[in-house]
Amino acid sequence: MELPTQTFRVTRADLVRYAGASGDFNPIHWSDRFATKVGLPGVIAHGMFTMALVGRAVTTWAGAPDAVVDFGVRFTRPVAVPDDDQGTEIEVSAVVKEVTEDGLTRLDVTATCQGEKVLSQARATVRMPR
Amino acid sequence: MSLDPSFVGRTYPPTAPYQVGREKIREFATAIGATDPAHHDPEAARALGHPDVVAPPTFPVVVTMAASRQIIEDPALGVDYSRVVHGDQRFAYTRPVVAGDELVCVNTIEEITSRGGHGFLTTRTDVSTSAGEPVVAVWSKIVVRGEA
Repeated sequence: MELPTQTFRVTRADLVRYAGASGDFNPIHWSDRFATKVGLPGVIAHGMFTMALVGRAVTTWAGAPDAVVDFGVRFTRPVAVPDDDQGTEIEVSAVVKEVTEDGLTRLDVTATCQGEKVLSQARATVRMPR
Repeated sequence: MSLDPSFVGRTYPPTAPYQVGREKIREFATAIGATDPAHHDPEAARALGHPDVVAPPTFPVVVTMAASRQIIEDPALGVDYSRVVHGDQRFAYTRPVVAGDELVCVNTIEEITSRGGHGFLTTRTDVSTSAGEPVVAVWSKIVVRGEA
């Protein structure tokens, strides 16, 4: 079963806010000068910010903020975030792979930005509320 | 860059307790746009059976990233942090993190490999309360990029 796609807008302001909330102040997430010096196209989103947005999608699908039992991803492609008001968008979709006898649902998740997958092996196990 | 594989299996001493604050959970939830009342309102969290506001699923990284400095900054291992990118991340929960938790991390190096001139380091962080109740196990794989 396919779950409805959820779309998240990501701007530079979001990255600054996430840096402060998470304590991850790596300059590749806020300085174009630094990011380009280390060979990136420009400022990129924190991988963990992308994962957090996917986490939001998963808890929304599950219908409960405390539903996630297991959650893992591989970061395969950076999410470049331009310095403008639009930023970029991350689209998150998923299919239900399995519903186990003990009430757990396993999801295979896909996250794309500008039509390219940014995660692989993105999987979540959730306990659906009764 | 190559990392010394003899570090595999090494476990570091428990970190100093991290106090999970209600406002920190609210701040983190706000930063990721998570508006569910259970992240913000203790009454809403209690209605779900939790003692206080519930952290979003990836919140434990706030605690484990700070804790992993034990490994990243271990001079004997010699990770060049300026060359590090995040490879994989996984959380396996015993229960969600809630405000009021006092969390202790125990870091273990699970795997070190090298391929194509890059080093790969997988760590497992067992996060439990200071009373010893397991909360979440967190795996993180970082890539230490080789010189081009």
